[in-house]
Amino acid sequence: MIHSLFLINSSGDIFLEKHWKSVVSRSVCDYFFEAQERATEAENVPPVIPTPHHYLLSVYRHKIFFVAVIQTEVPPLFVIEFLHRVVDTFQDYFGVCSEPVIKDNVVVVYEVLEEMLDNGFPLATESNILKELIKPPTILRTVVNTITGMEKGETHRELPSWLPTGQLSSGALAKDWIDAIIDKSGSTITAEIQGVIDACVKLTGMPDLTLSFMNPRLLDDVSFHPCVRFKRWESERILSFIPPDGNFRLLSYHVSAQNLVAIPVYVKHNISFRDSSSLGRFEITVGPKQTMGKTIEGVIVTSQMPKGVLNMSLTPSQGTHTFDPVTKMLSWDVGKINPQKLPSLKGTMSLQAGASKPDENPTINLQFKIQQLAISGLKVNRLDMYGEKYKPFKGIKYMTKAGKFQVRT
Amino acid sequence: MSSNSFAYNEQSGGGEATELGQEATSTISPSGAFGLFSSDLKKNEDLKQMLESTKDSAKLDAMKRIVGMIAKGKNASELFPAVVKNVASKNIEIKKLVYVYLVRYAEEQQDLALLSISTFQRALKDPNQLIRASALRVLSSIRVPIIVPIMMLAIKEASADLSPYVRKNAAHAIQKLYSLDPEQKEMLIEVIEKLLKDKSTLVAGSVVMAFEEVCPDRIDLIHKNYRKLCNLLVDVEEWGQVVIIHMLTRYARTQFVSPWKEDDGLEDNEKNFYESDDEQKEKTDQRKKPYTMDPDHRLLIRNTKPLLQSRNAAVVMAVAQLYWHISPKSEVGIISKSLVRLLRSNREVQYIVLQNIATMSIQRKGMFEPYLKSFYVRSTDPTMIKTLKLEILTNLANEANISTLLREFQTYVKSQDKQFAAATIQTIGRCATNISEVTDTCLNGLVCLLSNRDEIVVAESVVVIKKLLQMQPAQHGEIIKHMAKLLDSITVPVARASILWLIGENCERVPKIAPDVLRKMAKSFTSEDDLVKLQILNLGAKLYLTNSRQTKLLTQYILNLGKYDQNYDIRDRTRFIRQLIVPNEKSGALSKYAKKIFLAQKPAPLLESPFKVDRDHFQLGTLSHTLNTKATGYLELSNWPEVAPDPSVRNVEVIELAKEWTPAGKAKKENPAKKFYSESEEEEDSSDSSSDSESESGSASGEQDEGDSSDDSSEESSSEHGSDSESASEVGDKRTAKRNSKSKGKSADSSSEEESSSDSESESESESESESRKVTKEKEKKKTKQDRNPLTKDVSLLDLDDFNPVSTPVALPTPALSPSLIADLEGLNLSTSSSVISVNTPVFVPVKTHVLLHRMSGRGLAAHYFFPRQPCIFGDKMVSVQITLNNTTDRKIENIHIGGKKLPMGMQMHVFNPIESLEPEGSITVSMGIDFCDSTQTASFQLCTKDDCFNVNIQPPVGELLLPVAMSEKDFKKEQGMLTGMNETSTVIIAAPQNFTPSVILQKVVNVANVGVVPSGQDNIHRFAAKTVHSGSLMLVTVELKEGSTAQLIINTERTVIGSVLLRELKPVLSQG
Repeated sequence: MIHSLFLINSSGDIFLEKHWKSVVSRSVCDYFFEAQERATEAENVPPVIPTPHHYLLSVYRHKIFFVAVIQTEVPPLFVIEFLHRVVDTFQDYFGVCSEPVIKDNVVVVYEVLEEMLDNGFPLATESNILKELIKPPTILRTVVNTITGMEKGETHRELPSWLPTGQLSSGALAKDWIDAIIDKSGSTITAEIQGVIDACVKLTGMPDLTLSFMNPRLLDDVSFHPCVRFKRWESERILSFIPPDGNFRLLSYHVSAQNLVAIPVYVKHNISFRDSSSLGRFEITVGPKQTMGKTIEGVIVTSQMPKGVLNMSLTPSQGTHTFDPVTKMLSWDVGKINPQKLPSLKGTMSLQAGASKPDENPTINLQFKIQQLAISGLKVNRLDMYGEKYKPFKGIKYMTKAGKFQVRT
Repeated sequence: MSSNSFAYNEQSGGGEATELGQEATSTISPSGAFGLFSSDLKKNEDLKQMLESTKDSAKLDAMKRIVGMIAKGKNASELFPAVVKNVASKNIEIKKLVYVYLVRYAEEQQDLALLSISTFQRALKDPNQLIRASALRVLSSIRVPIIVPIMMLAIKEASADLSPYVRKNAAHAIQKLYSLDPEQKEMLIEVIEKLLKDKSTLVAGSVVMAFEEVCPDRIDLIHKNYRKLCNLLVDVEEWGQVVIIHMLTRYARTQFVSPWKEDDGLEDNEKNFYESDDEQKEKTDQRKKPYTMDPDHRLLIRNTKPLLQSRNAAVVMAVAQLYWHISPKSEVGIISKSLVRLLRSNREVQYIVLQNIATMSIQRKGMFEPYLKSFYVRSTDPTMIKTLKLEILTNLANEANISTLLREFQTYVKSQDKQFAAATIQTIGRCATNISEVTDTCLNGLVCLLSNRDEIVVAESVVVIKKLLQMQPAQHGEIIKHMAKLLDSITVPVARASILWLIGENCERVPKIAPDVLRKMAKSFTSEDDLVKLQILNLGAKLYLTNSRQTKLLTQYILNLGKYDQNYDIRDRTRFIRQLIVPNEKSGALSKYAKKIFLAQKPAPLLESPFKVDRDHFQLGTLSHTLNTKATGYLELSNWPEVAPDPSVRNVEVIELAKEWTPAGKAKKENPAKKFYSESEEEEDSSDSSSDSESESGSASGEQDEGDSSDDSSEESSSEHGSDSESASEVGDKRTAKRNSKSKGKSADSSSEEESSSDSESESESESESESRKVTKEKEKKKTKQDRNPLTKDVSLLDLDDFNPVSTPVALPTPALSPSLIADLEGLNLSTSSSVISVNTPVFVPVKTHVLLHRMSGRGLAAHYFFPRQPCIFGDKMVSVQITLNNTTDRKIENIHIGGKKLPMGMQMHVFNPIESLEPEGSITVSMGIDFCDSTQTASFQLCTKDDCFNVNIQPPVGELLLPVAMSEKDFKKEQGMLTGMNETSTVIIAAPQNFTPSVILQKVVNVANVGVVPSGQDNIHRFAAKTVHSGSLMLVTVELKEGSTAQLIINTERTVIGSVLLRELKPVLSQG
């Protein structure tokens, strides 16, 4: 199936190659570079590129292209899903998945890749099994990635901090994401909630866990970790499983669409360009809406400004802001929202002289976090352990985050 | 050795160096070239030294650096000899890295690679399964053609390995060997066939992968395993699931009839629409025959459904395509939700899934309509995702949702991504043509866009408007006027050309404007784009024909300009038009028709999706579908067969057997109890009840009618049989007797021999004979008597390893049984074990018979086997197996015997004595003993007749590797106490309360495994005890009922592997109703 793998950084260097069958010359990547040039942006590079003798399937994560070389028909998702699994594994091993880290740990990376595929067919892809076969480097493990705004799939690391160390424990973190598009006037065009339950289990023996919900009906569509017994869910709506060790994603869910989604924030905006003058006005205010009395934290506002904007001079009432005149990206790190004193960002934009005003106002992307609240209303009823005699620590936390939250202006 | 390879290296290095030097002399100074090279050499030299070192740490460092070189794509092949020496290193870390190196470079250094082979061959025999597996992996990854036979051998061996992990690796190795040497195909198919039968979920995915790669057309190999694969599917690892599902999709399309005829959904609606009613009727008539879905077809659809919940996008997609391609139309709907879920994943996953949804949504709008909003575009989506979403939105548009969609489109048109905005305009155009209600709205909207600031948007709008107007001309004079004005500002050639064309077509509707436009264009003609020039010429020609008064001069001016244009197309066109429209003496009859030619009614263009290029004939979810070209190795999805092929090919033998076996076993009535009890099945059929057993029955049970039993024995057809079986059973006797006295046993033996001969001579004599034997066999008889009476205690004390009677045997319901059966029983009693099975409650365990050799493949010779659950008479570590041979041909089959044996290590087998001949329709049962070494490995051997040899296998269910043990509750608890921790496996069972009555549990457990009941003081705890046949390790099974409908199943044993296998087998049995 998968012949070879090339890792390519953003400047177009192949910094790692691995072959599972006979060696494929790295010149095959030239086709990829061509496509990359055509696409102008990394995001737009097509995931599947045919070449005369091979097919190149790639994923782009952490500013690295993972390019798999295929020779025969194969379900493309098979390869793509696998490549993502590779990235996840690296991240699990090294905390971050970046070019320098991979280069520093090239031997471990190589061994892991060797175990993950045999003759191009996946062999061991579960990270707990891999870790038994190949020890992760220890020093790096302590350097925990603190970069905010991590990709959605990779936030396991929020878990262990609140679990007692050195004790048999099992914890779960239920996280809701709100995906929404809010239109100009503030009404919701689409909004949906999806979420995951990430678990961190440090138990000995063969514990058999069951997790039940107060309101399982909320869950409209679910996908499970392979350890979950599907039959039990079908019949009783109970998650029953023998957990693997460590961190894993137990469940991903989607909350049924009938339930109205409570939007916890609102954005007041006034962005205007004038045809005649080379100055535009910019003003946004963020405020809490339906938060069930919880504080909204970690608010970050980003917006891609139109090309005509040369610079912005803004003053925030709190937090810090940056504007990159090259990429035209405005970013405002707000922090917590204080309902008494709403944060706002005001100022002017200087526009290119003589150019006509942009037709479209920029879209505002919002990130935020609400602790101790699952906005969907999902509640875990209880977590029980069978099969072992001891009493473990059990904990469950809730959190709500913004997923793809966009406000059109 | 080490110095040797060192020298070799230096030599080769030096050689290369001189070569290089020679080449270099002419251009660069030789010393410079040399220096450069030698520094490189030196670097590797130091690695070599490190590899030579005695310290593991130095070696490890060196290996790490070498692997680093490989990863960067640098050539490290030079170090091969130095590295390969470390292949036998004790340090596992080094070893791993050496393996990595070997696999990379062996192909380039074939000769040297051979040095490492013996290490792998040794490792293949390692007791550690991980080492065996990795040795096989590396060995098969070394692409050196010389070792093909070694690889073949290793694969064959590994495919029978005890460890499923090793077998999985064997399946992977099959593909590797196949790509190395396709000649091996036939042999590899044999291995695949064997591995397909494997019940381990670990193996299933890999072997199906091998199947797909090596012999995807051998669909016949799948038949027998189809149901098993369907049932295992949920537990297979996710990557295997994908492969299996794709394979089963193809399988289903060849083996089942179409389920689409009955509930033809939307797809056929269109077709039917055009068909006349009569045709329709005919069609329905044809379809009158009610369609019922093959249960196997249903099984596949049902068993894949849970996988829609998989976290693995590839699995979900695989199930989705399976539903799309093989399930009834009415059931396809359930996949949409899961596919929409995948849209929340990474961009690459989204891309593929959206493509597939796009194809589906063309054919079946309804499926995705409820999820319309999920396809709304976000400004952060990459362009390719945006375009695909747009495509889907267009496909989903209908009268009901179009207004919402148009509002959404308005936002998109304003997008900063102009390419996307242009695509949106195209989309609006398509919506306008598809849904007539909104055509005007769309047109108006597009006209508004004409005043957009962005040129690309305007140009795109013009093009789309042109197409729309063409479809419904008339009444749109206003728009045309508006567009004519645009000509002053718009510069995009396509748009200008479109406007000119429109004006030309509609010149009669805008009589005032058209000549003016031509005037302007004439002025700017020379500076226009070629595309525009052509349209100017066209416009001029059209106006000349309709309004020559105003435009004659203008047109001639333009034609003159065109005559000297640089572009030959334009000169050409000019000449053509001039000839056609300007009347002169030369122009023929054609010019009369010029107006008709230029102003003909032109058919409206169809606005089609750029995406809809027949992608749908590719199987969804494949690479070919994504690329819309046939990828190498793409396997076509065949059309449904008109008539389903024989569904019985998927039947697994057990069912078939019941039918076939019945008529053949004429000598015996089908009495499961009897089957079960008869220990030495040689006595079955006509050859049974040798005088030995008779005499026993006679003497031991007084109530026995002697005449009857001798009658039975008189059926005996050939004396050979008698003596054969006799001696065989005698072995058992001997064994029993051994403990009493050896000489006694021997004398018994000899006496029986005499007897058997006399037996054949006359029946009447046999009675007296048996009388006389009483004397010689006194001891044994005593024992039998004890056995018959509930006095088993001493027996079990004496012969604990041989037989394991349950503590409280119940007297057998003798009178109810047929005399011959009694005779059998008596025969058994000699070895004192018949009581073993008489567990506390009279639970009959139906005998599960398995096919050993099907009559089709055995050329008329059919063989079945089952496990009689008796201690084996051939050896106390053996499991006894009874084989029934049937002759289904019309001629004698002669000399049936066992030929070559292929047994895994340690396994032993006691074969039955050759059978001289088997009459047509005849049947004979023989007994064998196999020492399975407490594993579920398959025993393969050849069953031979005079003319043929057939390969057959016996694989024991784990429950048959046990013998019941009598034990008190106290002892049980004590033993259990010693077998905790690692030796304990447990699981929770959920089942309806009626399944937890003591008798049901007992029956179920005993059905699965040959265990003895331990009397229990508590109602809610059931205990069973047994020991493994080979090692005699205890196997303790506890079923503890909990409140509600759950129960805990615990197994304690030293043999944890068997324990967990047994647990796995017991669990489903106990939990099902």
